[in-house]
Amino acid sequence: MTLKATNRQVDGVSIVDLNGRITLGEGSVILRDAVRDLLSKGRKCILLNLADVTYIDSSGIGELVSAYTSVRNQAGELKLLKLTKKVHDLLQITKLYTVFDVRDDEAEAIESFTKKSA
Amino acid sequence: MAEQKAFEVAGKWGFGDEAQHHIAMAVREAAVNAVLHGNAYDPNKKFFIAYEMTAESMVITVTDQGKGLDPQSIPDPLAPENLLKASGRGIFLIRSFMDEVTIKNLDPGTEITLVKHRGHEAANSKEE
Repeated sequence: MTLKATNRQVDGVSIVDLNGRITLGEGSVILRDAVRDLLSKGRKCILLNLADVTYIDSSGIGELVSAYTSVRNQAGELKLLKLTKKVHDLLQITKLYTVFDVRDDEAEAIESFTKKSA
Repeated sequence: MAEQKAFEVAGKWGFGDEAQHHIAMAVREAAVNAVLHGNAYDPNKKFFIAYEMTAESMVITVTDQGKGLDPQSIPDPLAPENLLKASGRGIFLIRSFMDEVTIKNLDPGTEITLVKHRGHEAANSKEE
Protein backbone atom coordinates (compact mmCIF):
# COMPACT_ATOMS: atom_id res chain seq x y z
CA MET A 1 0.00 0.00 0.00
CA THR A 2 1.38 3.37 -1.05
CA LEU A 3 1.92 6.03 1.58
CA LYS A 4 -0.61 8.83 1.72
CA ALA A 5 0.22 12.10 3.43
CA THR A 6 -2.53 14.56 4.34
CA ASN A 7 -1.82 17.94 5.92
CA ARG A 8 -3.96 19.91 8.32
CA GLN A 9 -3.23 22.99 10.41
CA VAL A 10 -4.21 23.10 14.06
CA ASP A 11 -3.24 26.02 16.30
CA GLY A 12 -0.10 26.85 14.35
CA VAL A 13 1.03 23.24 14.07
CA SER A 14 1.15 21.34 10.78
CA ILE A 15 -0.13 17.83 11.34
CA VAL A 16 0.75 15.31 8.65
CA ASP A 17 -1.48 12.26 8.79
CA LEU A 18 0.44 9.39 7.23
CA ASN A 19 -1.29 6.27 6.03
CA GLY A 20 0.47 3.22 4.59
CA ARG A 21 4.08 2.10 4.36
CA ILE A 22 7.19 4.24 4.72
CA THR A 23 9.69 2.20 2.75
CA LEU A 24 12.48 2.64 0.25
CA GLY A 25 11.23 4.45 -2.84
CA GLU A 26 7.81 5.98 -3.07
CA GLY A 27 6.90 5.95 0.62
CA SER A 28 10.10 7.67 1.68
CA VAL A 29 9.85 10.19 -1.15
CA ILE A 30 6.26 11.11 -0.23
CA LEU A 31 7.29 11.77 3.37
CA ARG A 32 10.32 13.78 2.25
CA ASP A 33 8.23 15.89 -0.13
CA ALA A 34 5.56 16.51 2.51
CA VAL A 35 8.10 17.84 5.00
CA ARG A 36 9.98 19.87 2.38
CA ASP A 37 6.73 21.42 1.21
CA LEU A 38 5.83 22.52 4.74
CA LEU A 39 9.30 23.94 5.37
CA SER A 40 9.22 25.85 2.08
CA LYS A 41 6.04 27.53 3.30
CA GLY A 42 7.69 28.48 6.55
CA ARG A 43 5.78 25.92 8.58
CA LYS A 44 8.31 24.71 11.08
CA CYS A 45 6.13 23.07 13.72
CA ILE A 46 5.42 19.65 12.30
CA LEU A 47 3.65 16.73 13.91
CA LEU A 48 3.84 13.43 12.02
CA ASN A 49 0.84 11.27 12.85
CA LEU A 50 2.01 7.68 12.42
CA ALA A 51 -1.14 6.00 13.75
CA ASP A 52 -1.92 4.48 10.35
CA VAL A 53 1.61 3.65 9.29
CA THR A 54 1.49 -0.08 8.82
CA TYR A 55 5.13 -0.74 8.03
CA ILE A 56 8.45 1.05 8.07
CA ASP A 57 11.84 -0.20 6.91
CA SER A 58 15.38 1.05 7.50
CA SER A 59 14.96 3.53 4.66
CA GLY A 60 11.76 4.83 6.26
CA ILE A 61 13.53 5.21 9.59
CA GLY A 62 16.26 7.12 7.78
CA GLU A 63 13.63 9.37 6.23
CA LEU A 64 12.16 10.15 9.65
CA VAL A 65 15.66 11.06 10.86
CA SER A 66 16.23 13.24 7.78
CA ALA A 67 12.91 14.99 8.36
CA TYR A 68 13.87 15.58 11.99
CA THR A 69 17.28 17.06 11.14
CA SER A 70 15.89 19.16 8.25
CA VAL A 71 13.29 20.74 10.50
CA ARG A 72 15.73 21.21 13.35
CA ASN A 73 18.27 22.84 11.01
CA GLN A 74 15.63 25.45 10.22
CA ALA A 75 15.06 26.09 13.91
CA GLY A 76 11.78 24.19 13.81
CA GLU A 77 10.31 21.30 15.76
CA LEU A 78 9.27 17.90 14.45
CA LYS A 79 7.44 15.46 16.70
CA LEU A 80 5.87 12.06 16.26
CA LEU A 81 2.32 11.12 17.22
CA LYS A 82 0.71 7.76 17.94
CA LEU A 83 3.28 5.14 17.07
CA THR A 84 2.10 1.63 16.33
CA LYS A 85 3.83 -1.12 18.30
CA LYS A 86 5.97 -2.09 15.32
CA VAL A 87 7.21 1.45 14.76
CA HIS A 88 7.68 1.97 18.49
CA ASP A 89 9.79 -1.19 18.70
CA LEU A 90 11.91 -0.10 15.73
CA LEU A 91 12.61 3.29 17.27
CA GLN A 92 13.50 1.57 20.54
CA ILE A 93 16.04 -0.82 19.07
CA THR A 94 17.61 1.89 16.91
CA LYS A 95 17.85 4.17 20.00
CA LEU A 96 15.85 6.84 18.18
CA TYR A 97 13.00 6.77 20.65
CA THR A 98 15.00 9.10 22.87
CA VAL A 99 15.85 11.40 19.95
CA PHE A 100 12.29 12.03 18.84
CA ASP A 101 9.65 13.69 20.94
CA VAL A 102 6.94 11.03 20.78
CA ARG A 103 3.37 11.79 21.87
CA ASP A 104 0.21 9.74 22.20
CA ASP A 105 -2.35 12.51 22.53
CA GLU A 106 -2.83 15.00 19.69
CA ALA A 107 -4.04 17.94 21.79
CA GLU A 108 -1.20 17.48 24.24
CA ALA A 109 1.26 17.19 21.36
CA ILE A 110 0.04 20.44 19.81
CA GLU A 111 0.31 22.17 23.17
CA SER A 112 3.90 20.97 23.58
CA PHE A 113 5.23 22.92 20.59
CA THR A 114 7.10 25.96 21.85
CA LYS A 115 7.69 27.78 18.56
CA LYS A 116 4.16 27.92 17.24
CA SER A 117 3.30 30.76 14.87
CA ALA A 118 0.04 32.60 15.27
CA MET B 1 7.93 -9.33 -3.07
CA ALA B 2 10.79 -11.03 -1.20
CA GLU B 3 9.29 -9.78 2.03
CA GLN B 4 5.84 -11.20 1.25
CA LYS B 5 7.30 -14.55 0.24
CA ALA B 6 9.37 -14.73 3.44
CA PHE B 7 6.28 -13.87 5.51
CA GLU B 8 4.31 -16.66 3.83
CA VAL B 9 7.08 -19.24 4.15
CA ALA B 10 7.63 -18.41 7.82
CA GLY B 11 3.89 -18.73 8.48
CA LYS B 12 3.72 -22.02 6.62
CA TRP B 13 6.56 -23.32 8.75
CA GLY B 14 4.78 -22.43 11.95
CA PHE B 15 6.26 -19.12 13.06
CA GLY B 16 3.88 -16.74 14.81
CA ASP B 17 2.91 -13.23 13.72
CA GLU B 18 5.77 -11.37 15.37
CA ALA B 19 8.44 -13.83 14.20
CA GLN B 20 6.93 -13.77 10.70
CA HIS B 21 7.14 -9.97 10.69
CA HIS B 22 10.75 -10.03 11.89
CA ILE B 23 11.81 -12.66 9.35
CA ALA B 24 10.04 -10.83 6.51
CA MET B 25 11.64 -7.54 7.47
CA ALA B 26 15.11 -9.09 7.71
CA VAL B 27 14.70 -10.67 4.27
CA ARG B 28 13.47 -7.38 2.83
CA GLU B 29 16.48 -5.52 4.23
CA ALA B 30 18.87 -8.20 2.93
CA ALA B 31 17.25 -8.11 -0.52
CA VAL B 32 17.40 -4.31 -0.65
CA ASN B 33 21.08 -4.44 0.32
CA ALA B 34 21.72 -7.02 -2.39
CA VAL B 35 20.16 -4.85 -5.09
CA LEU B 36 21.38 -1.43 -3.93
CA HIS B 37 24.73 -1.99 -2.30
CA GLY B 38 25.63 -5.38 -3.74
CA ASN B 39 24.55 -5.32 -7.36
CA ALA B 40 24.47 -1.51 -7.37
CA TYR B 41 21.28 -1.51 -9.50
CA ASP B 42 23.12 -3.32 -12.32
CA PRO B 43 20.31 -4.93 -14.37
CA ASN B 44 22.71 -7.63 -15.56
CA LYS B 45 23.32 -8.84 -12.03
CA LYS B 46 20.94 -11.03 -10.10
CA PHE B 47 20.29 -11.88 -6.51
CA PHE B 48 19.00 -15.12 -5.10
CA ILE B 49 17.02 -16.04 -2.00
CA ALA B 50 16.96 -19.63 -0.75
CA TYR B 51 14.84 -20.98 2.10
CA GLU B 52 15.62 -24.08 4.10
CA MET B 53 13.81 -25.47 7.10
CA THR B 54 15.73 -27.70 9.44
CA ALA B 55 14.42 -29.39 12.56
CA GLU B 56 15.61 -26.46 14.66
CA SER B 57 15.62 -23.43 12.42
CA MET B 58 14.56 -21.53 9.35
CA VAL B 59 17.64 -20.70 7.28
CA ILE B 60 17.48 -18.04 4.57
CA THR B 61 20.37 -17.28 2.26
CA VAL B 62 20.48 -14.09 0.19
CA THR B 63 23.23 -13.91 -2.41
CA ASP B 64 24.15 -11.09 -4.76
CA GLN B 65 26.68 -10.70 -7.57
CA GLY B 66 28.21 -7.42 -6.44
CA LYS B 67 31.71 -6.48 -5.41
CA GLY B 68 31.41 -7.97 -1.94
CA LEU B 69 30.91 -6.55 1.53
CA ASP B 70 33.33 -6.33 4.41
CA PRO B 71 31.18 -6.72 7.55
CA GLN B 72 33.89 -4.99 9.58
CA SER B 73 33.39 -1.84 7.52
CA ILE B 74 29.77 -1.37 8.59
CA PRO B 75 29.50 1.53 11.05
CA ASP B 76 27.59 1.03 14.30
CA PRO B 77 24.28 2.89 13.81
CA LEU B 78 23.87 3.18 17.59
CA ALA B 79 27.09 5.15 18.01
CA PRO B 80 26.29 8.74 18.97
CA GLU B 81 28.00 10.09 15.85
CA ASN B 82 25.83 7.84 13.63
CA LEU B 83 22.50 8.10 15.40
CA LEU B 84 21.19 10.89 13.17
CA LYS B 85 22.48 9.45 9.92
CA ALA B 86 19.83 8.80 7.28
CA SER B 87 21.15 5.35 6.34
CA GLY B 88 23.18 2.43 7.63
CA ARG B 89 20.60 0.57 9.73
CA GLY B 90 19.76 -2.35 7.42
CA ILE B 91 22.32 -4.89 8.65
CA PHE B 92 21.71 -3.78 12.24
CA LEU B 93 17.97 -4.48 11.89
CA ILE B 94 18.68 -7.85 10.30
CA ARG B 95 20.92 -8.77 13.24
CA SER B 96 18.26 -7.53 15.68
CA PHE B 97 15.48 -9.60 14.16
CA MET B 98 17.28 -12.88 13.46
CA ASP B 99 18.97 -15.30 15.86
CA GLU B 100 22.09 -15.77 13.77
CA VAL B 101 23.47 -13.74 10.87
CA THR B 102 26.53 -14.62 8.82
CA ILE B 103 27.98 -12.43 6.09
CA LYS B 104 30.33 -14.11 3.67
CA ASN B 105 32.33 -12.33 1.00
CA LEU B 106 32.21 -14.51 -2.12
CA ASP B 107 34.59 -12.30 -4.09
CA PRO B 108 32.71 -11.33 -6.12
CA GLY B 109 29.33 -11.23 -4.43
CA THR B 110 28.06 -11.41 -0.90
CA GLU B 111 26.15 -14.18 0.80
CA ILE B 112 24.19 -13.34 3.91
CA THR B 113 22.70 -16.19 5.89
CA LEU B 114 19.82 -15.49 8.25
CA VAL B 115 18.78 -18.03 10.85
CA LYS B 116 15.64 -17.98 13.00
CA HIS B 117 15.33 -20.76 15.54
CA ARG B 118 12.05 -22.52 16.01
CA GLY B 119 10.33 -21.30 19.10
CA HIS B 120 7.64 -22.97 21.11
CA GLU B 121 4.93 -21.79 18.69
CA ALA B 122 6.68 -23.38 15.70
CA ALA B 123 7.31 -26.62 17.55
CA ASN B 124 3.60 -26.92 18.28
CA SER B 125 2.49 -26.35 14.72
CA LYS B 126 4.99 -28.94 13.50
CA GLU B 127 2.70 -31.61 14.86
CA GLU B 128 -0.27 -30.50 12.73
